[in-house]
Amino acid sequence: MTETTSQPIPAQSKRGLFQQLELDMRLLGMIGAFVILCIGFNILTDGRFLTPRNIFNLTIQTVSVAIMATGMVFVIVTRNIDLSVGALLATCSAVMAVVQTEILPEMLGMGLNHPLTWILTIIVGLAVGTAIGAFQGWMVGFLTIPAFIVTLGGFLVWRNVAWYLTDGQTIGPLDANFLVFGGTSGTLGTTLSWAVGIVATVLALAALWNSRRAKQGHGFPVKPAWAEAVMAMIIAGSILGFVAILNAYQIPARRLKRMLEAQGETMPEGLVVGYGLPVSVLILIATAVVMTIVARRTRFGRYIFATGGNPDAAELSGINTRMLTVKIFALMGFLCALSAVVASARLANHSNDIGTLDELRVIAAAVIGGTALAGGFGTIYGAILGALIMQSLQSGMAMVGVDAPFQNIVVGTVLVAAVWIDIVYRKRLGAR
Amino acid sequence: MSNAKELRASGATPLVEMKDISISFGGIKAVDHVSVDLYPGEVVGLLGHNGAGKSTLIKILSGAYQMDTGEIRVNGNKVEITNPRDARAHNIETIYQTLALADNLDAASNLFLGRELTTPFGLVDDSAMEAECRKIMHRLNPNFQKFSEPVSALSGGQRQSVAIARAVYFNAKILIMDEPTAALGPHETQMVAELIQQLKAQGIGIFLIDHDVNAVMELCDRASVMKNGQLVGTVDIDDVTDDDLLSMIILGKRPGVAAA
Repeated sequence: MTETTSQPIPAQSKRGLFQQLELDMRLLGMIGAFVILCIGFNILTDGRFLTPRNIFNLTIQTVSVAIMATGMVFVIVTRNIDLSVGALLATCSAVMAVVQTEILPEMLGMGLNHPLTWILTIIVGLAVGTAIGAFQGWMVGFLTIPAFIVTLGGFLVWRNVAWYLTDGQTIGPLDANFLVFGGTSGTLGTTLSWAVGIVATVLALAALWNSRRAKQGHGFPVKPAWAEAVMAMIIAGSILGFVAILNAYQIPARRLKRMLEAQGETMPEGLVVGYGLPVSVLILIATAVVMTIVARRTRFGRYIFATGGNPDAAELSGINTRMLTVKIFALMGFLCALSAVVASARLANHSNDIGTLDELRVIAAAVIGGTALAGGFGTIYGAILGALIMQSLQSGMAMVGVDAPFQNIVVGTVLVAAVWIDIVYRKRLGAR
Repeated sequence: MSNAKELRASGATPLVEMKDISISFGGIKAVDHVSVDLYPGEVVGLLGHNGAGKSTLIKILSGAYQMDTGEIRVNGNKVEITNPRDARAHNIETIYQTLALADNLDAASNLFLGRELTTPFGLVDDSAMEAECRKIMHRLNPNFQKFSEPVSALSGGQRQSVAIARAVYFNAKILIMDEPTAALGPHETQMVAELIQQLKAQGIGIFLIDHDVNAVMELCDRASVMKNGQLVGTVDIDDVTDDDLLSMIILGKRPGVAAA
């Protein structure tokens, strides 16, 4: 084999502004739609929609569906579907409710609000979710039962396993430490939030810099420096702006007084404390980062997309697609359990109808976020943005005072329209 | 050509022997007690009509199907090939008729699919893979430029060169080509033909499946003809004409037998 020099790379021709920034047009479109939606609702609600308080609430309401939507991307990319996520969330939530209110405090005698209760509960919950997901994946991958059927069955089974476990009763209150994962009861406060925001900004910019260096190292074309600088500023601005907004939402005076009194202190006159980043949002961000790395930079992720693009090619390339299916569904189950932690902690109890219709919200979020049901295409950030758009639409309409039936009619219509626009966009692009 | 012939005459061990291979699908014998072999630096053509069983036979070697009976020897050693990973472990690489590429991934991802280069942290190293991909594509197809686009944006010839690059890059000893030129224009076909000569010179053994008798006459040293799942016979290309091959394909008879 003769050694040859690397292929000469043609000089960059003049390109458009967006191409120079190498921004994903679909992402831009979604952000554009989201911004229009927010501004529209803000006008209709006389400025109540874009307040720190509403943005805070919107964020913590989105977390549960968004976490599951990241896993649904992998499921749909490999041409499968999971209809059981809402029911699986309910089973995980029921198991964790029983563990933290009955098994640990009473049967094992740890007492109420033992410092280990929350972590043991979450470990059990995550294990149950992962195991159920893996089992469903095994039926899809190895028994070759269509995912639609396996998870349709799972939808009925796990919803009612949850019911059976709790006799259909609402279980609460949950462990005090466990509630930290719910949102309002667990935030970092302003100082820590700024610290997290700054660390996140530094990490994001370092990643940007590294990827540029790696490309230059191999002599590949890179973006012009100004484009890179604009990207860096957008990233830093979004992260720090988001932190600033959440910090600006102040804990109501009466609630703050109660909190301080619980610690045996009195509230000084005129004390103002901001909420800052909720723990649940941190979990979502961590999930998003990890899932994005998995999707783009691991073999597992590469095989998921290869299998979605051409299952035969993946199989012939030596990829064990059956085991891959098991892993994907196990991951989906794990994320359902994680969502169950957030969802039940947010409600402060386990109720029998927790996660009802979540499967449809999760699938819709992934699909609105650009995941193609034909397989092979989808992004994690798209799915999260999709979840955010759905939640904004729903709570925005509620604030405007749209009747409940019309809310769902609009959401359904938007789902279909979003997919249609996506199809038109792809055809224009000539990609598929 | 003569190299492989001498090797065969000297009684050297074949690179691959497929002995008495049979496989059935739902009662139909797709491959019925067929034996073929392949020596280093040799191109053996597999000919036959659609459904003659040639693709099925070769998919047994590449690990896509599992034979019912028979045995496979590589360098004289009996081997078990139960999946494509086993085949790769024996340096058997396949270029499929249907172009086994993932359309949504770029050339480098396809080139390294299943054998990605990774960073010390175990993450996929896309830059390193693209650099390697640029090197090998420059050698095989200097006109190739679309490195950052999904392969669905490539022409048939460009896609075929990605598939061939995959086999070449990973030092295949035994190469299976299933109608490698079926989707290609004349210039690209010529490119593949030159590539086959290049690979032969390196001592790689190639099974070439093709419909086109002329292509087989031009590229191959020997040809094995199949009909209805059975082996009609294996002939030395130097000893036969294209008419002989055609009659073997159509009538299912060896030329000598037909004359007698």
